Amino acid sequence: MIWNQHYECMSREDMKKVQDERLRQTVERVYYNVEFYRRKMQALGLEPYDIQGIEDLPKLPFTTKDDLRDNYPFGLFATPMENVMRIHASSGTTGKATIVGYTRHDVDIFSEVVARSLSAAGVGKNDILQNAYGYGLFTGGLGIHYGAEKLGVTVVPISAGNTKKQVQFLMDFGTTAMSLTPSYALYLAETLEEMGVDPKNLKLKVGIFGAEPWTESMRREIEKRLQIKAIDIYGLSEIIGPGVSIECMEQNGLHIAEDHFFPEIIDPATKEPLPPGEEGELVFTTLTKEALPLIRYRTRDLTTLDYQPCNCGRTTVRMKKCTGRSDDMLIIRGVNVFPSQVESVLLELNATSPHYLLIVDRVNNLDTLEVLVEVDEQIFSDEIKGLEHLTRKITQALESTLNIAVKVKLVEPQTIARSEGKATRVIDKRKLKEDHS
Amino acid sequence: MIIKQLTVFLENKSGRLSEVTRVLGENNINISALSIADTSEYGLLRLIVSDGEKATDLLKRNGFSVNLTDVICLNVKHTPGTLHDAIKTLSNGGIDIEYMYAYAVGDNAAVIMKVSDAKEAIYILTQNNIDLLRSDEMA
Repeated sequence: MIWNQHYECMSREDMKKVQDERLRQTVERVYYNVEFYRRKMQALGLEPYDIQGIEDLPKLPFTTKDDLRDNYPFGLFATPMENVMRIHASSGTTGKATIVGYTRHDVDIFSEVVARSLSAAGVGKNDILQNAYGYGLFTGGLGIHYGAEKLGVTVVPISAGNTKKQVQFLMDFGTTAMSLTPSYALYLAETLEEMGVDPKNLKLKVGIFGAEPWTESMRREIEKRLQIKAIDIYGLSEIIGPGVSIECMEQNGLHIAEDHFFPEIIDPATKEPLPPGEEGELVFTTLTKEALPLIRYRTRDLTTLDYQPCNCGRTTVRMKKCTGRSDDMLIIRGVNVFPSQVESVLLELNATSPHYLLIVDRVNNLDTLEVLVEVDEQIFSDEIKGLEHLTRKITQALESTLNIAVKVKLVEPQTIARSEGKATRVIDKRKLKEDHS
Repeated sequence: MIIKQLTVFLENKSGRLSEVTRVLGENNINISALSIADTSEYGLLRLIVSDGEKATDLLKRNGFSVNLTDVICLNVKHTPGTLHDAIKTLSNGGIDIEYMYAYAVGDNAAVIMKVSDAKEAIYILTQNNIDLLRSDEMA
């Protein structure tokens, strides 16, 4: 079902009119209410009147995560605190957390885009949705919750974790849909197997997965092990949270709610806009947000945009599924390596569990990459030569994909930490050493 | 005559072997034979126990990778030349030995072997009057 036929199926021409008008309002809002943007625009000799439409967007400066941190906590808010009715924060694994705020209208937009997303994933009033995103400061839990309520879905606000209870409810409630991170989905699949529950006996038909980059092979793995359709949802708290874009049942790119969030693709090195179809860094300008409007926010996610209408009937621009972030990228001996490449290789070999950990280190001024892979029963051999053969096979496959030397280490099952939120895939010891020196 | 052997993957970390023996001991499972094949990073613990299915289940639930393999156990006289006769019999019959471990107590010796074809090996050995142990005789 298409939740908002008007905006989701609008002609490109009409969409541009909506975007032009909303961009003008947003630029005025930030110029008059946010000192950070006013100063930046003045430094470039820009006034709100200079921005008449989308074609003027490249004149405006970028916003980065560092800008949010520098203006911690509320420095970029464009409205007095009396109008702010909710605060969320993104995980502050490096330095300070990023704080975002919402007015009542912002919360409504958030619910609107999530309702559109759930509809696109085939979820409706008759569904029971087990929302296994963390409730709290993370936008995933409450964001999905409010959108599901708007849509009229029965929501089970179970939050992340408590995996045995998740399974119990899946069985007892006849849950038909779940929202969770892809890495947690695999953990859930393992738990089902351990508890002897056959997913064929569950009513679960669809999962909505987001909050971390995941590959096509991981999607196939999840679909097979949970016997569901796995739909990708994309979002980031700075822009609003999950629901910025969503896959429809075609599973061929994620529809961006572009009447609210205008996407651009830039070359991350030169920062120049790239033409449609070319891969680069995704940049968003919010068009309707009140509390935290952001101009040309650099997401660090790498993707391409496709403006062709989709078979589902929606005309909104689609972004390709994100499988890497420009800041996930490791540079090992000068070679660019994405954790998602390792994931693809492991899943395609079909020889190991999808739990892995990259350990990057520097020994005698030389970068090293070690990949820990769990030995599970399917690949297990009672002979040393069998395991040595497996190690060699994985090493060769990784080396031919990554073009660097890799040391593969087999570890016991369940020894790589499972995550109930975002998975940790990389330990870069080079950074730890720099921080301590 | 086929005996179920458990193989457990162990990382070279202190306490892993004792975790296996703890789980088995606490659940009243007796170990009849044991060997460890080691590499620089991990080891393979091979065990013959009183209840192979139960032990496999218990160890899996305790987070170990375990598999059950068919092996055979020869019962030979503890005298010079008897092991040689048995191995020669297998080799003449075209059977490869993947690995083996043995123990001798008193008059007899038990030799546990993983071979390329367990059924064929049992046939050849029986034809040549070499005694094999059944699993109930192991425990």
